[in-house]
Amino acid sequence: MTASESSLRRFLHGLPGVDQVGAEQRAASLGTRSIKTTAKAFAIDLAISMVDLTTLEGQDTHGKVRALSAKAIRPDPADPTCPSAAAVCVYPDMVATAKDALGSSGVHVASVATAFPSGRAAMDVKLADTRDAVAAGADEIDMVIDRGAFLSGHYLEVFEEIVAVREACSRTDGQAAHLKVIFETGELQTYDNVRRVSWLAMMAGAHFIKTSTGKVQPAATPPVTMVMLEAVRDYREQTGQMVGVKPAGGIRTSKDAIKYLVMVNEVAGTDWLDPDWFRFGASTLLNDLLMQRTKLATGRYSGPDYFTLD
Amino acid sequence: MASTRSTTARAFEYAPAPESRSIVDIAPSYGLFVGGEFVDGHGKSFKTISPSSEEVLAEIAEADEADVDLAVKAARRAHSRVWGRMPGKERAKYLFRIARIIQERGRELAVLESIDNGKPIKETRDVDVPIAAAHFFYYAGWADKLEYSGYGTESLGVAGQVIPWNFPLLMLSWKIAPALAAGNTVVLKPAETTPLTALLFAEICQQADLPPGVVNIITGAGDTGRALVSHPDVDKVAFTGSTEVGRAIAKAVAGTDKRVTLELGGKAANIVFDDAPLDQAVEGIVNGIFFNQGHVCCAGSRLLVQESVADEVLARLKRRMATLRLGDPLDKNTDVGAINSAEQLAKIRELSEIGEQEGAERWSAPCELPDHGFWFPPTVFTGVTQAHRIAREEIFGPVLSVLTFRTPAEAIEKANNTPYGLSAGVWTDKGSRILKMANALRAGVVWANTFNKFDPTSPFGGYKESGYGREGGRHGLAAYLKGGHA
Amino acid sequence: MARAEVRKTYKLFIGGEFPRSESGHSYVVEDAQGRFVANAALASRKDARDAVSAARKAFGGWAGRTAYNRGQVLYRVAEVMEDRRPQFVEALRQGEGLTAAAAGRVLDETIDRLVWYAGWTDKLTQVVGNANPVAGPFFNLSTPEPTGVVAVIAPQESSLLGLVSVLAPVIAAGNAVVVTASVLRPLAAVTFSEVLATSDVPGGVVNILTGSLDRTAVTLASHMDVNAIDLTGLAGDPAQAAALEVEAAANLKRVRRAPAVEPDWSAEPGIGRMTDVLETKTVWHPIGV
Repeated sequence: MTASESSLRRFLHGLPGVDQVGAEQRAASLGTRSIKTTAKAFAIDLAISMVDLTTLEGQDTHGKVRALSAKAIRPDPADPTCPSAAAVCVYPDMVATAKDALGSSGVHVASVATAFPSGRAAMDVKLADTRDAVAAGADEIDMVIDRGAFLSGHYLEVFEEIVAVREACSRTDGQAAHLKVIFETGELQTYDNVRRVSWLAMMAGAHFIKTSTGKVQPAATPPVTMVMLEAVRDYREQTGQMVGVKPAGGIRTSKDAIKYLVMVNEVAGTDWLDPDWFRFGASTLLNDLLMQRTKLATGRYSGPDYFTLD
Repeated sequence: MASTRSTTARAFEYAPAPESRSIVDIAPSYGLFVGGEFVDGHGKSFKTISPSSEEVLAEIAEADEADVDLAVKAARRAHSRVWGRMPGKERAKYLFRIARIIQERGRELAVLESIDNGKPIKETRDVDVPIAAAHFFYYAGWADKLEYSGYGTESLGVAGQVIPWNFPLLMLSWKIAPALAAGNTVVLKPAETTPLTALLFAEICQQADLPPGVVNIITGAGDTGRALVSHPDVDKVAFTGSTEVGRAIAKAVAGTDKRVTLELGGKAANIVFDDAPLDQAVEGIVNGIFFNQGHVCCAGSRLLVQESVADEVLARLKRRMATLRLGDPLDKNTDVGAINSAEQLAKIRELSEIGEQEGAERWSAPCELPDHGFWFPPTVFTGVTQAHRIAREEIFGPVLSVLTFRTPAEAIEKANNTPYGLSAGVWTDKGSRILKMANALRAGVVWANTFNKFDPTSPFGGYKESGYGREGGRHGLAAYLKGGHA
Repeated sequence: MARAEVRKTYKLFIGGEFPRSESGHSYVVEDAQGRFVANAALASRKDARDAVSAARKAFGGWAGRTAYNRGQVLYRVAEVMEDRRPQFVEALRQGEGLTAAAAGRVLDETIDRLVWYAGWTDKLTQVVGNANPVAGPFFNLSTPEPTGVVAVIAPQESSLLGLVSVLAPVIAAGNAVVVTASVLRPLAAVTFSEVLATSDVPGGVVNILTGSLDRTAVTLASHMDVNAIDLTGLAGDPAQAAALEVEAAANLKRVRRAPAVEPDWSAEPGIGRMTDVLETKTVWHPIGV
């Protein structure tokens, strides 16, 4: 079905549509699940282990990235039982610093690439960006798709770009960095588009599909993530392959994170409840998770003074 | 391509999340609410139990014929002396007060309804109680605008209203709000298995300082209901319940001047085309038959799925049904609650057995049924045809019968091939087809790409043996004004 | 010694806040006996412009709410007003020279009128909208939609009942409004705006300007982003009303003309004040497999 632009288009447009109202109501309904006590503790620890702790600012420095990496390894200085985050997510020129700071902790280095966040650059520039990050030691690459190409219906172009970036993720040792494909769902706007781009990216070889760069509003939302979870579920049903999902941006509180985990649980299933298959792209979320974790353990509401600002 | 390696993921078990019962204060016994006060009943009192645990909740009075007569007299007095002459804008303000108090006591009403009916707190909290409040809000605003209704401004007098056990408080609001807005007074009999929220509503009427006798609540069973609808001084009968009883009422009022509206049973077709938005269609199917344990007159109890997508839809449906949580109605994560009574459970079981005997294939969502109480797992029968009893008879439980079709014309034919005509569902991405189906379906409510949506502004009611008259909206006033149709 | 009271400052109500006039000007407001009561803000052209801007910003959100929600908000305004009876009775006595009993009756009518309009929000569509039986295989539906930002010149004499009677229908129908209060009797309007600010009415849905009309009314009548204008407050000034109608023609505003004399506000309002600020949208869709 990727033989030509038209057959790819026919396939993608032949996927079942998404009714906006129905999808939003289901997502909202899943958000009313009441997750307490042991279930809440489980969810908080799981969420912490799924955080891609992120800094993607023009003003990033090596110092900032080192501090963030330390936080990712040991989010709660007062509690060694607290899980580490899944990864640190930075710009390509900060990968080496993060790699060095993270050492053998097991926390991955994820790098954005392909002219993040806009994706507007020549192909060879985007590929060079990718190769640089991989060479510097990135375990994971978060690429952005060309939204202009997608919205004007040039699906094959988008497809081929993903294939090329996936190719650029290979390392000399025969291994490859894992590829996350960012859709920027806030720009794609409709759930039908989200379903189509999910299938397109999975067929092109994405290891993970990701909602947003976090630089455009709206970023991740429950219904958008739900449509993506349905897509990975259906894709595994059809092909046997599992693909991960990462909502990014706008997830600030433990309550938000837990709602997403409920959705993963009831829409995609238990297999995705693991940092290998689900991540949160976030920065402020981590401290709220730590505060909630402390409250569950001690019974007291905590305050910002007790958690590090990085 | 993407990895196939298995994960180290652990299952996400939801801990119990019980809603507290402490807000509810159930008395050991209740009388009748007549003329603004609680008075004794003179029939044989009976017990109401919690169907999820079989715990006895309270002793309920039975209104005998003399009690019914007193209630009707109180309603008549209130109508001729007070309510029937009160300017609409004053009536409006009483109804607005009631709406507000329902909102204020919303949690209490929701918990009480869950305990008495067996349905999940998630539903009573998010659906039953808010929509009940909204009905009072909506009709409050009609009380002083009847000249715009299209049905004139004259009330009928005293309304005798009998409601079922599936949505006790909501059905009460559907009956009382328009009746009072139009200037009538009422005598209402809640179902014998679910009287408690109606009795709390009586308290709310007192808190709102509603003039005595405008609303009277008389508890009892079939005999009380019969006495009420056949009372000679009742001007208007409103009934929601089974087609069988509806027929009996229609006969009983024949030859009288009584106006009647009936909202009866259904066997709605939920029609899924090959271009339906599939995930939402599956939600709609689940919602259509498992919401409220299937105790819904307009339930989508027949799935008519286009043959070309039948296997896929069924596979998705079963996978979805496996995530339904059945259990304690007061647990906030419960999706499927208890069956309302032993009697109803027996009916559901009987018809399910018949379904198997008729050759349909039965599948139930795997779930643990509690030891006490009345429970039935969400169940699907495939390979059902129009000739099967489970395709024709209302089961009134969480049991879905699945039939297939090839063309729109066939879907219409099968959907309409029933004496019922309350509701129908249509799932397709094509607008013109939605409208074509809506035109052709002989049903009072057509839901397209959605199901089980209710709103006080939206008229609800059936064709054919699903009854006559409409509740909700401007049309809902017709039943309670002299200028409206029967 | 007698206690010195803390006297209120009477400001404008724009975007949910209470700014002074950007011009810094104020004017003297006297009671019915001609005694000094307060210096009220004298709204300028720029204030009027800011009010229109605030109304436009608020319109989308207000029109986008469910009709049920708008009805509940209006009912809440009535609840809060009822709770502040003494304050309004005093405002009416002072501003209109009414006795306590007469003021009480006017206040009763005002609150009941608000309740009447609160009950219209989710019924208007059913009364003025309908499906149309066109001669072809088409579904055809006509529904009312709010026109947008409406300017209202509120009555000069009836400073509370008249005010609410011209303002409530406009917002009940889903529009955002900029109101010029009675010039000589503005204080009830300012007190009313305090009720609005504490009654869940989103900022910008109602904006109230006090002061003379020569600055504000022309600005509103000629503003190209105002969709409709109600000239009721110019009753008895046909020349000015006609002049404003001419201004309004620039962007074809819907105009409700000034009556010859101020109406009897006790009479049943009818639905005209709502339908005046509603558009009708008719949608066609084929019916076919």
